[in-house]
Amino acid sequence: MFKNIVRLEARAESSHLMSYASPLIAIVLMMVGGLILFSILGKNPIEGFRIFFINPISDIYGLGELLLKATPLMIIATGLAIGFRANVWNIGAEGQFIMGGVAASAVALYFYESDGIHILICMVIAGGIGGMLWAAIPAFLKTRFNTNEILVSLMLVYVAQLAVSWLVHGPMIDPEGFNFPQSRMFEESALLPILIDGTRLNAAFMFALSVLLVGYVFMYRSFLGFQMQVAGNASDAARYAGFSAKRMVWIGLLSGGSMAGLAGMTEVSGPMGQLTEHVSNNYGFAAIIVAFVARLNPIGIFFASLLMALLYLGGEQGQQYMNLPSSISNVFQGMLLIFLLGSDVFINYRLKWGKP
Amino acid sequence: MSSILFATITAGTPLIIVALGQLIAEKSGVLNLGAEGMMAMGAVTAFAVTLHSGSPWLGVLAGMGAGALMSLLFGFVVLTLMGNQVATGLALSIFGIGLSAFIGKPYESDILPTVEAIRIPVLADIPIIGPAFFHQQALVYFSWALFFILVWFLYRSRSGLVLRAIGESPSSAHSIGFSVIKIRYGATLFGGAMAGIGGAFLSVFYTPLWVEGMVSGRGWIAIALVVFATWRPFRVLVGAYLFGGVMVAQLFLQGSGIQIEVPSQFLSALPYIATIVVLVIISRDRNTVRLNAPASLGKPYRPEE
Repeated sequence: MFKNIVRLEARAESSHLMSYASPLIAIVLMMVGGLILFSILGKNPIEGFRIFFINPISDIYGLGELLLKATPLMIIATGLAIGFRANVWNIGAEGQFIMGGVAASAVALYFYESDGIHILICMVIAGGIGGMLWAAIPAFLKTRFNTNEILVSLMLVYVAQLAVSWLVHGPMIDPEGFNFPQSRMFEESALLPILIDGTRLNAAFMFALSVLLVGYVFMYRSFLGFQMQVAGNASDAARYAGFSAKRMVWIGLLSGGSMAGLAGMTEVSGPMGQLTEHVSNNYGFAAIIVAFVARLNPIGIFFASLLMALLYLGGEQGQQYMNLPSSISNVFQGMLLIFLLGSDVFINYRLKWGKP
Repeated sequence: MSSILFATITAGTPLIIVALGQLIAEKSGVLNLGAEGMMAMGAVTAFAVTLHSGSPWLGVLAGMGAGALMSLLFGFVVLTLMGNQVATGLALSIFGIGLSAFIGKPYESDILPTVEAIRIPVLADIPIIGPAFFHQQALVYFSWALFFILVWFLYRSRSGLVLRAIGESPSSAHSIGFSVIKIRYGATLFGGAMAGIGGAFLSVFYTPLWVEGMVSGRGWIAIALVVFATWRPFRVLVGAYLFGGVMVAQLFLQGSGIQIEVPSQFLSALPYIATIVVLVIISRDRNTVRLNAPASLGKPYRPEE
């Protein structure tokens, strides 16, 4: 019925311009959606826009918070992008993040009341391994039993949440914490050094930047990265070329898992300074959106992480000044991804007006 | 014994409704991983409408509408705009969980009155199974009716045949004159509506309250259930009660007062671990899933003009 007014026509080849413009379109649509949402809620949309997108980054502390929140997102999204490029769908970064945080916390508590740089080093290693082991479960089941990695990695998120809940209620509870379900506060020696005075931004940000760099080199300059790209774009071609599909699954899941685990480490030894039940702020899921909005490209991940971090901060501000539930951040994040996936159609198709 | 059976059936009911809805969508070739988000939206909408109107049935209807609306959004992105189904489903889940938490914030301290169960005369007097099977919430009977209707629809009706044909080979179905996209829209909407009812069952009949994150993975378990059932309705039914049993077993163990050395969190993790175990069992033989899955599942289709 609409066919006579507007329809989609296949492009002769996919548009490079649109593949970069589509995330920007999605961002604009998300903001329009936000304005509409604010109006529906009876809030002043301009005021809401200011509180959400401008207020949070209007001083040096705010900018520090922005980079602080973007740090875990950059780390996780880079790891996930490596797998997504090869069509390995690790959806369980949230659980791997938690397990990395748990492992790093265990090290911090083991070395409680001692000093030395080895503590942080051990925490980094433990965090990476913790996340990697959690991701190894779907990788093993996928390669050995052909089990769907989406569902398995996702189920393990719930298991990880229950595991951390048990740990902070039992074995890792603060003995002087009046039975609050949380670990001891870590000692100074188990905390990441602050980068800029007056902010909470810590050394993990530098680490995130190096992850982006290494990720870039791996994806665009290494043979293995190339193999994974081919496997994702043309699985038949990859098979003919003799690239091992199992190896792709392992690399895809373990890179995502180890990075998510490391991000978990930076969270417990950074802004949290202890292990609690709510160790993750949905970072594992937000990083999936980051990876997609960024077109699985590390440079894009840098900017998409900043945007996603801004949505987190905006949500906090909205909670404080507009009395909105904090889940508004998730609403914005979900809208962004849906708009992006929708506007991606214009990469391969164009709108054609008038009668065919 | 009867009460365990009763609770198992109650716990399995939302899984049956949601998984059967998913099954229909998947039979047409559409993989919607947004079930978790659609259930959450169904749950919160049904709760709010029931609270304001006083009628749980209006609530269920509203929940169904909310689920269908969510799936319409999904359908527009993946069917009209040919977006990636896996990523869009995921986005729908994240969006639905966020939006439901957002909408539901003011309702977190409210509790709905319990809805009276419906007692089927004579049958309910059978010892043990009578009270468990025939003195249940209306939606439990609905889930059985849904099962029988869908079995008839899929395997005995012409429309069911068309639906399956589209899932197997959209291009052949198109070439003999069926509108693939329209029928896929229909199947997707049905899946969303059922997910909405499943969510409504949780918030209006099962708990009956609204808490952020209360769907707690049931949408994902329902999707796993369809794989586990190798796309057969009867196995969905059996699988759903199996999972219902696992969910209930942990509640009974926790509430039984039996001194067990296992932490409660471990028992709560059982349904998720069970999901992984059944997925391993069913996927172990590479051909089981490949031969039973609709051939076009998850693949976008655009009819040639």
